[in-house]
Amino acid sequence: MAQVFSRRFVLLIRLGLLAALLAVVAGATAYRTLARADAPEDAPIRQPIPFSHQHHVRDDGIDCRYCHASVETSSFAGIPPLSTCMTCHSQLFTDAPMLEPLRRAYAGATTLAWNRVHDLPDFVYFDHSIHVAKGVGCTTCHGAIDRMPLTRRVASLYMEWCLECHRAPERYLRPHDRVFDVDWRPPADQLAQGAALRRQYGLRTTRELTDCSTCHR
Amino acid sequence: MSRDPNDTDRAAHLRFWRSVEEAQGEVDPSADTIGLPTGRRDFMRLMGASIALAGLAGCSRPPLERIVPFRDGPQQQTYGKPIFYASAIARDGYGAGVLVECNMGRPTKIEGNPLHPASLGATDVFSQAAVLELWDPDRSQTVRAGGAIATWDASIAALQGRLRARPRGAGVRLLTETVTSPSLHAAIRALLGRYPEARWHQWQPVNRDNAYAGARLAYGTPLDTTYRFDRARVILSLDADFLDAMPGCVRYAHDFASTRAAHAPAERRSRLYVVESTPSLTGAAADHRVPLRARDVPAAAQAIAHALGAASDGPATAPVPAEWLQAVVADLSQSRGGCIVIAGERQPPHVHALAHAMNEHLGNVGGTVVHLPAAAAEVVDCTASLRELARDMHAGSVDTLLVLDANPVHTAPADLGFSDALTRVPFKLHLGLYEDETAAASDWHVPAAHALESWGDVVAFDGTCTLQQPCIAPLYGGRTPLELIAVATGDAQADARTLLTRYWSGRQPQDFDAFFDDALRRGVVPGTASAPQRPALRPFDVPPSTTPPGASLELVLTTDPRTGDGRHANNAWLQELPKPLTQLTWDNAALVSPALAQRLGLVNEDVVSLRVADRSLDAPVWITPGMPDGCVSLSLGYGRTRAGTVGSGRGANAYALRTVDAPWFVPGVSLVRTGRRYALASAQTHGRMEGRDIVRMVSVAQAAACTAQACGTPGYRDQRTLYDSPPFGPYAWAMSIDLSSCIGCAACTIACQAENNIPVVGKEEVRRGREMHWIRVDRYHEGSVQNPRTVFQPVPCMQCEHAPCEVVCPVEASVHDAQGINVQVYNRCVGTRFCSNNCPYKVRRFNFLQYSKDVPSLDAQRNPEVSVRMRGVMEKCNYCLQRITTARIAADREGRSLRDGEVVTACQAVCPTRAIVFGNLNDPQSEVNRRKNSPLDYALLAELNTRPRTTYLARVTNERHGA
Repeated sequence: MAQVFSRRFVLLIRLGLLAALLAVVAGATAYRTLARADAPEDAPIRQPIPFSHQHHVRDDGIDCRYCHASVETSSFAGIPPLSTCMTCHSQLFTDAPMLEPLRRAYAGATTLAWNRVHDLPDFVYFDHSIHVAKGVGCTTCHGAIDRMPLTRRVASLYMEWCLECHRAPERYLRPHDRVFDVDWRPPADQLAQGAALRRQYGLRTTRELTDCSTCHR
Repeated sequence: MSRDPNDTDRAAHLRFWRSVEEAQGEVDPSADTIGLPTGRRDFMRLMGASIALAGLAGCSRPPLERIVPFRDGPQQQTYGKPIFYASAIARDGYGAGVLVECNMGRPTKIEGNPLHPASLGATDVFSQAAVLELWDPDRSQTVRAGGAIATWDASIAALQGRLRARPRGAGVRLLTETVTSPSLHAAIRALLGRYPEARWHQWQPVNRDNAYAGARLAYGTPLDTTYRFDRARVILSLDADFLDAMPGCVRYAHDFASTRAAHAPAERRSRLYVVESTPSLTGAAADHRVPLRARDVPAAAQAIAHALGAASDGPATAPVPAEWLQAVVADLSQSRGGCIVIAGERQPPHVHALAHAMNEHLGNVGGTVVHLPAAAAEVVDCTASLRELARDMHAGSVDTLLVLDANPVHTAPADLGFSDALTRVPFKLHLGLYEDETAAASDWHVPAAHALESWGDVVAFDGTCTLQQPCIAPLYGGRTPLELIAVATGDAQADARTLLTRYWSGRQPQDFDAFFDDALRRGVVPGTASAPQRPALRPFDVPPSTTPPGASLELVLTTDPRTGDGRHANNAWLQELPKPLTQLTWDNAALVSPALAQRLGLVNEDVVSLRVADRSLDAPVWITPGMPDGCVSLSLGYGRTRAGTVGSGRGANAYALRTVDAPWFVPGVSLVRTGRRYALASAQTHGRMEGRDIVRMVSVAQAAACTAQACGTPGYRDQRTLYDSPPFGPYAWAMSIDLSSCIGCAACTIACQAENNIPVVGKEEVRRGREMHWIRVDRYHEGSVQNPRTVFQPVPCMQCEHAPCEVVCPVEASVHDAQGINVQVYNRCVGTRFCSNNCPYKVRRFNFLQYSKDVPSLDAQRNPEVSVRMRGVMEKCNYCLQRITTARIAADREGRSLRDGEVVTACQAVCPTRAIVFGNLNDPQSEVNRRKNSPLDYALLAELNTRPRTTYLARVTNERHGA
């Protein structure tokens, strides 16, 4: 059978198809990159009440554990029950329109649904209690929470970010009494101090800390 | 080339087989997989579509996750931590203590209650599966009046109006199952006091009529006889499946195994003699088993009793072999005061009476055999009670019928014509968990609260009472029988908790609150165990043997080991759990012996018609080694028409052949071939290890003389290897499974399923060999197909130190961690299945399809600590990594090491016989190390040098010489 198209034209068709394919791949890649939920510079997540950690932590000096009560005993740090909010807000800002969702929920009319800021994939099993017990401070992962009028994420939560610490935790370890201290800054000899703390806390070996089964199951 | 040190033993070990075909050296046809009828073009089309869709699915952000706080935090709840509530689950009316694990208010898993005498920390398969039943989307969700949706208030009004018109209760009948609950019994008595002409009937298809009648015959009073298997050295079972199907069986299995474990002290080691009409777990555990037609068991009992001197007359001919009879009699007489004769609940009353006489004669009563007042609140003959109700319904003298938690339309004996009689009752109200056959035939149906949603109480086999507490509010507004009786008595306002506390505060007036809280917390009401009784044995007559001539076939009806009497038919976990002896899933079948099948020219899956008198039933045939000749066995619990989407229309309804006079044994059955075939799904040849040295069995004498060289794994640990040693941390997890203790109940399989979010695949997929159980219980036979010995072997992942699966994984989804666990990283897995191909133990499971469907109520059952796997991912046992991690984090927080026994895997926790032990190899004092140092310890396929962390203790048998 005679050739329908010239060789040149066939080449053009081939190149065209290749270009189309590349365009689709490039488009999808670009979209995925832009659509990434977890870019470090994420904007604050919208919440039903514009809750300010800066106000509660820095201005009022409330300890993290007053609200996140299970952080030392459970995998989940805990979200405070509405009654915890109302210990103060039944007295303070009782008419603030901003707190209307809280009052309505407390009266039982609706529920208050916060949007999760640190959303790990479901195949990751993170445990707050063991990190706190081994001297990982709140601000090490959550950033300067006392300077956040609206809460946002500062860490990528990628596995490489977790592993950066799991490979050499001494870079971040603190003394036990400074874990909840938002003003803690690493001392000049952090590596030496951290290594001493690592021994003191009896941390597992780096090999064990980087086992898949440490976080995935 | 070095010689395989096992070569000499190999011939001996090849004696084990799994199917009749294998035993006869043929290729098992069921070992073939079934091909998909997909052509190349269909395949390309499907692939094209899925590639296009996969591209689209990649372009979305993960959805925002929401956190809804409590209004007032519950006091005991710590976010992210489970709470365990003590409660009880009833089986055939008898309670077993459980601890219900609740994650954020959702019951997700059930453990046994160590403080409860019927549990001692273990459970049976039904308790494990109860959590799936709770979340079953097919449960009844609304009140119905004549099929239309109605309200609870309307049903109350209808019922109360009905009763108001009958001030003395004339024509009012109440039908329940056997009631052991003291509070419910008191409420029913109050109701009957208020309506003196009302009558109460009790019916359950698996009942203790024969046992009670036997006790009446021997002692003049109905008794519950309980047994102390831990004190017995010789046990004779007359068709009694005390390990699997009797009140207290979980406790019995525990006690029994304490005398059977590989390292049970010689002076406590027991010997078990069994005569049975259908292979059962008890028969599989026997040292000497005789398969016998059910109608021959009375004569066997009489012969033994006569030989012992406990009965004056013996039968003309004993149906058991003479040497066997001699051995039993000699052993029993040598163990006076330390033996047990136990009669099965299917056997007629005089067999029970003979067993009582033998126990009295042997001086066992008060020691190994303990008589207690009946646990049932009121002992009635269930069959007589239902017959009376049916008769009155036929006569038209019943005009108001309340059916509480029973399904008589399905379970009533066929000759009562119960369904027809029911149409003559003008007002029928049914309370039940499902809209079942009885609900469909009733005018009103009220959804019942599940045991995990209810306040109530229940009595165990030894009389111990447990208060049941709800772990979650009723999902569908279900009511308990107690509430419905209160409504009938005129108290429509009281809730179940008030009714329960009202009853118990009457029994325990002082310090009630402290008493109630304490009883709830413990899961047992202190001091409620019954006191033993010593009634005097009375002379009784044994009816002359009426064994019809040998030719006629006999049908034996049994309780199904998975669906019970049919109430669990809609439970997919139970349906897919292979039945222990036949390894069948999803169906029942007419079990026939190989000889009978040969005589009739039947092969597996042939459909036969079972004909008795004018009744007939079609059922597929399954050839079962160890079935007595001249006998067909069919289990109840199938052929449901309104069980739900899982259970409806499965299997054959054996109730169609059950009559009042022949509730268990139907003589004169004929088998007629229909020429049709019906596909059954049996797992018996799945995961086959190709006839290698898998199961080891030694006698007591061999075990005593055993050195590592003779019984265990000779020197394989020192074999050299090309692979790197795995990394070692402070923990080296390992498991030991004692084949002497294992009775094959498969509670481990279903506990693992609940713990690890393991999906159900369905019958077709099981036929393709794709069941997902992480721990399977293999069943091996040895000896003749007529009466083989049976060994069960639970097989989880071996956690090989040199794991063959790891080296072939192209994406490192199968890797070792420093604790010695061969972990499967689901989000790395791309599904090549190389690992499964290279696994000599066949313990890896692949998600061929999206088995974990999103059903909201089933999602609620999932364990939040374990990933739910998707299609295309390999999975397998990981020694309950989540439990290890949780325990380890708790210990790490306190800055200490894990203690031996602190980590308990799901299979280990549930095991009634303590066959499974898990622990740290690096701890020289650990229990698992102690077991592995035994000369009986061996590894599967040790010659492959995979160095499994899971090893076995050889099964030790205790046969009598010359028997």
